[in-house]
Amino acid sequence: MKTSVERQVVLPWNQVVRISFNSIKARFFRSLITTLTLTLAVAFVAFTWSSYDMLNAIWPHADKSLQDLIASSGYELTEKGFGSSPKDIWLAILSVLVCVVGIINAQLMAVTERFREIGTIKCLGALDSFVVRIFLLEAVYQGLLGGVSGSVLGVLVATLSLLWKFGFAVVYSWPFQQMLSTIGWASGLAVFLSLIGVIYPALVAAKMQPAVALRAEE
Amino acid sequence: MYRDETHNVVRLSEVTKVFRMGTNKVEALKGVDLTIKTGEYLSIMGPSGSGKSTLFNMIGALDKPTSGRVFIDEVDVAQLDAYELAWLRCRKIGYIFQTFNLIQVMTAIENVTLPMVFAGMNRDEYTEKGMDLLKIVGLAERYHHKPSELSGGQQQRVAIARSLANDPAIVLADEPTGNLDLTTGEEIIFLLKQLSKERGVTIISATHDVKMLNVSDRVVWIRDGRIDRIEDRDKLKISIGEVA
Ligand SMILES: Nc1ncnc2c1ncn2[C@@H]1O[C@H](COP(=O)(O)OP(=O)(O)OP(=O)(O)O)[C@@H](O)[C@H]1O
Ligand SMILES: [Mg+2]
Repeated sequence: MKTSVERQVVLPWNQVVRISFNSIKARFFRSLITTLTLTLAVAFVAFTWSSYDMLNAIWPHADKSLQDLIASSGYELTEKGFGSSPKDIWLAILSVLVCVVGIINAQLMAVTERFREIGTIKCLGALDSFVVRIFLLEAVYQGLLGGVSGSVLGVLVATLSLLWKFGFAVVYSWPFQQMLSTIGWASGLAVFLSLIGVIYPALVAAKMQPAVALRAEE
Repeated sequence: MYRDETHNVVRLSEVTKVFRMGTNKVEALKGVDLTIKTGEYLSIMGPSGSGKSTLFNMIGALDKPTSGRVFIDEVDVAQLDAYELAWLRCRKIGYIFQTFNLIQVMTAIENVTLPMVFAGMNRDEYTEKGMDLLKIVGLAERYHHKPSELSGGQQQRVAIARSLANDPAIVLADEPTGNLDLTTGEEIIFLLKQLSKERGVTIISATHDVKMLNVSDRVVWIRDGRIDRIEDRDKLKISIGEVA
C-alpha cells in the first residue's frame, strides 16, 4: 500500500471509441429516439432547400404550360430564382431554426437523464474529460446517422412530391450535384448541432461533484 | 511518510457541510471529527436526515466540505487536482450504494471491470481479475447478465465486486442493505465482513440496519449533523439491547 497519490491515466481514444460505441449500441432504442429527432429536423431543412434547387433546375427547360403549372402551385419566382422571395427565405430560416431547436433539445434531454450514470463513473475513476469525450463521440455518431438519413429522406420526399406535381420533367433536370451538396451540408449541420447540443450539458455534468450528479433522478 | 500499525486511513477534522437553496440553508454536518484506522469495520448509524450520506460523500471525496479537512491516508483531499482525485476514487476507495448504481447498459463483468479500464489495465488482466471477483461474490456464471436481469441482492453483489476492482484500501458503503430484504441483507453484511477479515479492507458503512452492528468494530452514532457517541465492539452489546 502506498501513501502517495498518483495521477489518473488519460484513456487513449481507441478505448473511448470502443466504450462509446458499446454504450450507444446498448441503448439503441433510446438513442434512436434522439437520432430520429435529428433525422426529422434535418429532413425538414433538406426538403425545403432541395425543392428550391429542383425548381430552379427545371425552370429553364420547362415549356410554357409547365411554367404556368409551377407558378400556379404557389411557388414564387423572383429574378434570383426560386427560394429567394421573402416568404421563401422565411421558410428556409424557419426550417433551420426547427432543426437547431430540435437537435439541441434532444441532446440536452439525453444527457440530463444520464446524470446518475455520470456520477457513478466518476466514482469509479473517470476523468471529466472522459465523460465529455464519451458524449461528444456519441453525438457525432447520432449526428452522422441522423444527418445522412434525414437529408436523404428530405431530398427524396421533395423529389417525389415535385414528381407528383410536375411529372417527369423533374427527373430529366434533377440537379445531382446540388442535391449531393445539400445532403453534405445538411449532414454536417446535423453533426455540428448535435455537438453543440451535447457540449454544454456534458461539460456541466462532467464538472459536477459526483455526489451532486448521483442525487439526480434516474 | 511515517507509517505504523495504527495508521489512520481516514481522518476528518472539523468538517462542516452547509447546503444552500435560495435563502434556505441546511447544516447537514456541524463539525465532525473522526479518525478511522486501517482494517476497521466501522458503521455510521443515525436517524434519517442526520447526515450519514453527507458524511459518506465527504469521506469518499465525492463532494467538497464547506469547511474543515478530510485526509485519506494522511493526504489532504482538498489539495488534490482533478487527476489525483480521479486516481484516489479509482484506486483507494471502492463505493457501494443503496441503489446499487450499476451501469444499466453494461453486463456484470463489464461493470466490474470498468474501474480497471479507468486504471489503465489491459484487457486480459482485467477480464481475468473481473471473473475472479465475480467468483468471490458467487456470480461467476452470471457474468454476461445485465443489471436488469439480476435480483437486487445479485446486483449488490456485482457492486461489491466492482468496489474491489482495484484493491482499494477503503470500501465505503451507503446503506448497502437499504433496498434488500432481511435475508439478502444479511448475506451482503456477511460478505462485507468476510472481505474485511480476509483482505484487511477498511469498511465504512452508513446504515439503518441493526444487523450491521454485530459485525462492526466500532459504531459512530450521528445525530443532527454531529457525532453523538462512538462505541467500541465490547460496549455494543448493551446498546443493541437498548435498540432491540
Ligand atoms: N444536496 C442537498 N441539497 C440540500 N439539502 C441536502 C442535500 N443533501 C442533503 N441535504 C440535507 O442534509 C441533511 C442530511 O442529509 P443526508 O442525506 O446526509 O441524511 P441521511 O442521514 O443520509 O438520511 P437517510 O438515512 O434518509 O439517507 C438532510 O436534512 C437533507 O435534507
Ligand atoms: Mg442517506
